[in-house]
Amino acid sequence: MSGKISLERIVLALAAPVFALVVSLVLTSLVLLGSGDPPLKTFQLMLDYGTQPRSLVLTLNNATIYYLSALAVAVGFRMNLFNIGVDGQYRLAAMLSAALGGAISLPGPLHVLVIVLTAMLVGGMWAGIAGLLKAARGVSEVISTIMLNFIATGVVAYLLNTERLAVQVAGSNNIGTKPIAESGRIPGLPLVPGTNAKVFGFIVFAALCGVAFHVLLNRTRFGFDLRATGRSETAAVAAGVNVRRMIVVTMVISGAAAGLVGMPQLLGASYSYSLDFPSGLGFTGIAIALLGRNHPVGIAFAAILWGFLGNSAQILDLEGIPKEIVTIMQATIVLSVVVAYELVRRYRLVLEQRRVGRELAAGSPTEPEGVRA
Amino acid sequence: MSQSASGLRPDVQPQAPKRTLRLTRPMIYLGIAGFLVLFSLVRVLAGAGDLTSSGQIGATLGLAVPIGMAGLGGLWAERAGIVNIGLEGMMILGTWGAGWAGYQWGGWAGVAAGVAFGALGGLLHALTTVTFGVDHIVSGVAINILALGLAQYLSAVAFTGVRGGGPTQSPPVSPRIGTITVPWLADALGDLEQKGWFLVSDLASILRGFTNQVSLLTVLAAALIPISYFVLWRTSFGLRLRSCGESPHAAESLGVNVYRMKYIAVIASGGFAGLGGAFLTIVAAGIYREGQTGGRGYIGLAAMIFGNWRPGGLAAGAGLFGYTDALQLRGGGESVHALLLLIVMLVAGVAALNFVRGRMGAGLVSAVVGALVLAWYLSTDSVPGELTTITPYFTTLLVLALASQRLRMPAADGLVYRRGEAG
Repeated sequence: MSGKISLERIVLALAAPVFALVVSLVLTSLVLLGSGDPPLKTFQLMLDYGTQPRSLVLTLNNATIYYLSALAVAVGFRMNLFNIGVDGQYRLAAMLSAALGGAISLPGPLHVLVIVLTAMLVGGMWAGIAGLLKAARGVSEVISTIMLNFIATGVVAYLLNTERLAVQVAGSNNIGTKPIAESGRIPGLPLVPGTNAKVFGFIVFAALCGVAFHVLLNRTRFGFDLRATGRSETAAVAAGVNVRRMIVVTMVISGAAAGLVGMPQLLGASYSYSLDFPSGLGFTGIAIALLGRNHPVGIAFAAILWGFLGNSAQILDLEGIPKEIVTIMQATIVLSVVVAYELVRRYRLVLEQRRVGRELAAGSPTEPEGVRA
Repeated sequence: MSQSASGLRPDVQPQAPKRTLRLTRPMIYLGIAGFLVLFSLVRVLAGAGDLTSSGQIGATLGLAVPIGMAGLGGLWAERAGIVNIGLEGMMILGTWGAGWAGYQWGGWAGVAAGVAFGALGGLLHALTTVTFGVDHIVSGVAINILALGLAQYLSAVAFTGVRGGGPTQSPPVSPRIGTITVPWLADALGDLEQKGWFLVSDLASILRGFTNQVSLLTVLAAALIPISYFVLWRTSFGLRLRSCGESPHAAESLGVNVYRMKYIAVIASGGFAGLGGAFLTIVAAGIYREGQTGGRGYIGLAAMIFGNWRPGGLAAGAGLFGYTDALQLRGGGESVHALLLLIVMLVAGVAALNFVRGRMGAGLVSAVVGALVLAWYLSTDSVPGELTTITPYFTTLLVLALASQRLRMPAADGLVYRRGEAG
């Protein structure tokens, strides 16, 4: 591949996302028309509401959570490990670290650090079970993480009981862990003008996680081994990679990252783990990791897009349009993006073949590596 | 350790005596008989009558069917080389379709609509993975989200304002699907079950569970497992379909239309998942409700992997899951408590086997685990309510960890195939 930046390359790179957005809008419009709602008005409503300052803050907040979840999934994907268990890992991690954080009192940053490290430890250990089972007994991580999700639900329900780790939330019949004291909270950032709502302070840490992800995978021996194992396990074994060890370590890292998913909400908004703590974020993370092609920058865009769509749809119910239309939109975007990438890839191949054919016919020398891509 | 570790395996003897148990038919029958004795023993020792009651078996069937159908869907797709993580979504489409058609035209129409809606999901999966060559996982995950959104959206549009319905549920399905009881056999077995005799009553009650008030849809679903086996393993069509999952390029060179085979397999896969969903709506609940599938599509996939990509294996996986789930739902903490004793016996058996084979380390680990569970059993009367819900999931994990892992998935499973691109 030549490194030249030509107009053609830029157009082709942008073609896929633009195509996907158009296809998604068309399909969503068809669904809306089918049920008798005006598509253009719906999109206009969403755009207006989604770009209000308060909505933008919520978009960034949700994107922070999605980003961490997607990173956790992506670490596994780069090694061909499918961690469906991020959901259970973050819930268990958030619950236990919230309980610990509420029970202790430490000076400022140290308190936060203890909570975050506990969450990473719990998430890592929970995912590590699946890693160990795969490495030692060959149990598919797809099965074990699914089962561990359900087991985590049971364990959380068991522990989140007023006889154990939970207390009654004042003024409601909700129960949750003891609230974390002021010293263990992360203040919000007034990033968006025109609203009192604040962006999770944890967004800074999430961005750092993205950088760490990039460095770990692309600048370390471990990351090289990980990617090599993902591309070809036999080749990695031949190169001296201990695949079993890699499986356990990668699952633990993925789980530790998953442990962070609950932190923005816990340390920035709710300060305790209660029955209404958000769930299902692990599954959203899978979609976002795939939409962002397991790349830290791509995931960031995907997370923001996901958050934007989710928040801008909140206005629709008031207008009598089911807001679930946005879920359909999100799914069609994921599908059409990957289809579009595939079509662009095939088109590129055709272009390349034509170019080589032309150059061969003209008798000029060609680069041999470009022939068989 | 074993002799094969020396690395000096003579090539004249490819079947060197290995210390692994082969699952031959007599072995399977022997195993089933052994389990029966074990269960009767635990029932008598722990005094937990529900362990083998006919009600328990009936509930097991009802809980196993949706999982088995999802697993069968996974089997068809993966045997043709397409990983179908979208089973959950296709199942959701099935529940919605069954609810929508069921309340208007009755149970069987609901079944047809559930299958059709699931198959539509399968068609979409086939379109993206076969025609467009998209990564199978990506497509499946997207279908799960899409199906969830569609079902929610369509419910809001179609069920709001209908009598008995609402934005998250359909009006009740009517008429529902009938049940079947084998005439006098069920009564006779019922008498025998009451006696409480060791082994005899257990056998009677298990048989009664299979013959008393079984839903017609359960019968249909159960029949689909041997039918799938026959079609996939005993017909030329099945051979062609499976060859697409093992080596699509070889199949192509033999004149098999690989794309068409994959399309058929994935559409059928969606249909099976949809049928599982329809069962939940029509037989289990009698109504479509949002979130009804509760991850059963994923569990079906797990049951299929558990069953080594084979119909009998996935039925066993679904059965195990259904049994433990029924146990915790019906008997709660006390039945699950009795199950602990069963675990003790099994783990003790594994420990003994390890000691006999000279694997002291593994034997010791099993023995310690067994002793701990025994201590738990003896020191308590019941398992806490919140923890009983995890019984089926925990059991599945435990069985997988204990059973030796010689699973083999189809060789070209999950790989993208393009016509005429053989290397």
